[in-house]
Amino acid sequence: MFAAEAAETALPWLYQNVWLIPALPAASFLLILFFGKRLPYKGAEIGLTAVGAAFVLAMLTTFTWIGDIQGAEGAEAPAGEHGETTDDHEGEGGSGAEEDEDEHGLADTVLSVDGESVASVSLTAATTAEGEEGGDSHGEARGAAKIATLDWFSIGAKTFRIGTLLDGQAVMLLFVVTIVSGLVHIYSTDYVNGDRRYTHYFAFLSLFTAAMLFMVLASSTLQLIVGWELVGVCSFALIGHWWEEKPNSDAALKAFLTNRVGDIGLLIGMITLYFGAGQTFDILTINEKAVNGEIDKLLLTVSAVSLMGAVMSKSGQFVLHTWLPDAMAGPTPVSALIHAATMVVAGVYLIGRLYPVFFIGLEIPGSNLNLMALIGGVTTVGAGLLAFVQRDIKKVLAYSTVSQLGYMVLALGVGAYTAGMFHLFTHAFFKACLFLGAGSVSHAVHHSFDMKSDMGGLRKYMPTTFWTFIIGSAALAGIPPLAGFWSKDEILAGAGVWPGTGGNGTYYIPFIFGIITAALTAAYMTRTVWLTFFGEYRGHGEPHESGKRITVPLIILAGMASVVGFLNMPGPFVDALGLPSGLAHRFEDWVEPAGQPNFPPQGFTHAAPSLTLAIFASGLALAAGYLVLRYYQGLYAKDPKASEYTDGLRSKNRMAAAGYRVLEQKYYLDVLYTDIIVARVKGPIARAAYWFNQNILDGIVNLAATFSVGMGRFIYWIVDQGMVDGSINASGRSASASGQFLRRIQTGQIRQYATLMFGAAAVLVAVFIVAV
Amino acid sequence: MLLNQFLLFAAVLFSIGVYGVLVRKNGVLILMSIELILNSVNINLVAFGAYNGDVGGQVFALFVIAVAAAEVGVGLAIVLLIYRNRRSIDVAEANLLKG
Repeated sequence: MFAAEAAETALPWLYQNVWLIPALPAASFLLILFFGKRLPYKGAEIGLTAVGAAFVLAMLTTFTWIGDIQGAEGAEAPAGEHGETTDDHEGEGGSGAEEDEDEHGLADTVLSVDGESVASVSLTAATTAEGEEGGDSHGEARGAAKIATLDWFSIGAKTFRIGTLLDGQAVMLLFVVTIVSGLVHIYSTDYVNGDRRYTHYFAFLSLFTAAMLFMVLASSTLQLIVGWELVGVCSFALIGHWWEEKPNSDAALKAFLTNRVGDIGLLIGMITLYFGAGQTFDILTINEKAVNGEIDKLLLTVSAVSLMGAVMSKSGQFVLHTWLPDAMAGPTPVSALIHAATMVVAGVYLIGRLYPVFFIGLEIPGSNLNLMALIGGVTTVGAGLLAFVQRDIKKVLAYSTVSQLGYMVLALGVGAYTAGMFHLFTHAFFKACLFLGAGSVSHAVHHSFDMKSDMGGLRKYMPTTFWTFIIGSAALAGIPPLAGFWSKDEILAGAGVWPGTGGNGTYYIPFIFGIITAALTAAYMTRTVWLTFFGEYRGHGEPHESGKRITVPLIILAGMASVVGFLNMPGPFVDALGLPSGLAHRFEDWVEPAGQPNFPPQGFTHAAPSLTLAIFASGLALAAGYLVLRYYQGLYAKDPKASEYTDGLRSKNRMAAAGYRVLEQKYYLDVLYTDIIVARVKGPIARAAYWFNQNILDGIVNLAATFSVGMGRFIYWIVDQGMVDGSINASGRSASASGQFLRRIQTGQIRQYATLMFGAAAVLVAVFIVAV
Repeated sequence: MLLNQFLLFAAVLFSIGVYGVLVRKNGVLILMSIELILNSVNINLVAFGAYNGDVGGQVFALFVIAVAAAEVGVGLAIVLLIYRNRRSIDVAEANLLKG
């Protein structure tokens, strides 16, 4: 409870200056652009240094953050109930009386930066009923957001502030973005070596990193939009890195335009939210108001739906996901960084940032289902199926990314906030590992990504890539004890359907989608691994293992993918192994802002983990993987070089063939967009635009021309010739005329002059006499 | 004190001078008329000086006489030159400034 005391004195230097983390890569972007080409390593060294420094800072921030929270927990150990169904964490336990005090205690602490009143930390205890089944209520205040802001600009009496908002979620993403970005930088020095726009490439990597970090640290929704758009621009620039080839520039355009669709939603949502929350862009205030129901329900729903559009485009949720697989046209490290680990999670991050808005705004009235969960569920299964029919290894991974993003959205939709964020965290590592692995493979087989024609049997040639890829795939498929297993299991438990998991109600549909995807993921990853690394080599030339700068990042990422899952082990598991109970659900404690007034919603509970569910889900994944493995082993036995059956199900069964075609055509979504929507719409629009151009625009232009000619004439004859010249001539003439008149006075007669003089003198004298 | 008589006398002299300047065509006579005017002023100065017991009036009169002498010198020179050029000193004929 008194944890905040330490922070009360002053915000730690790191918290105040966390803006340095995005500033470093931003500076690097400018430096690379201006000086990159003249440097010995063409600008790569600046990018690496900046991202490295940002990574060090992010690490320090992370450690400080964790230290604060651990300290907080130590100081107020007994708060809340850490225990799941079974036990009560004796180690942390305190007396019941204290516990009670904490539960209803309230202490507001004001942290301050530069004399500004900054964030009020409400140590409100969770109000969940203790007896709730599987309820895991955390009473302690942890993860109060640290804010440092300064005035940005004022419009009238309203002042908008810019600043950094640091909380568990932001710290987590700082860490992920900087580490993945750093590794991608290292990887890229080899992968794009000799590229004609090498310097430009690194400049944009830096800008992308800066933009993402800026967005992560945004303290207001306005800032968030700026970061969001910048990230989109960088994505566009990097997808189209090799724009000389038409498909690449097309893909870049497609990504950009699809994102624009969502960005409109983002703008509408943010503006609605601005007015709904009483004219504020401040994220914490908005959240708090949403939690307390101070935002009009209709406005909240409208803004949440609009924002969901933004999430759907950026995070590739179903119907707006089509750009993501095409985005694989970019260089592979970019795919790893942007289209797997960081940028595409921006949408998920947005949900987490404005979680109360999304969660409360997207509830479907009259049911306990949340729209988010539905979208996530459809996405995760839809994309998982699509991953089966891809020939391109990167496209498999792209659809897998879409599928996993759907998983995260699903988790957030069922109220499993921590599970969603945790999946984001683990996914970043194994997906980056897989993408970089795919890049390494393509490096070896002469820049092809086609698994069926150019790969196969690569495990003999490139063992490092093979093993890291295996680890990444297993993590993705949720094979214990790798990272994906823990996060996926938590999401499935969070759906609350499995007996004994509790959670926030029971979400049958999302749960079923989740289970299906767990099996699908294992299956398509087995297919990918088989086609790439097993069987006989089908390409040409002799493949070779990639260099150190490629394999070392792979090994690091694979290592991370193996261990990060342990960060959030469920309590009973830790107890069962006899580990110190302090090791349980660390990630949750570090990231989840539980007990904060801006974190939703009242009565939020964590699902209890279930051993049977874990066994069931991973067993299902293993079984699915095994089935696919058998299928390909059978194929191998027939023909070592084959990549598919020639007399398979497709040639025998019409339904199967049709299904395959639907998948191959990506549910005809692209056809819908380009051939139906665009084609049907663009003709009439073009004709209308032409008519408008000819009749209205040209009419206006002609009218304007006629008018200006008329005006010119008018000005020449009336103004110039008439008024200007006239007035000048008139003044000349009048001077002449007055001269003609006055010359008559000049007679030359001295006596006349004298007469006038004396007369005038006489008049003056007369006036003088009369006046005085 | 006989101030009024002097003033009346000066006024008469002044009027005669003005009449001469306005009416005469002869340049020399005009100069002479101007002398009359100046002397009428001198009488005024001396009369007021005596009336106020101040010698300032007589001093000014002396200055005026000196200036008048100079003026007549210049004036007669001009008249002489006009005569040399035109064989006449009729100011009505000297109207080159006619506009």
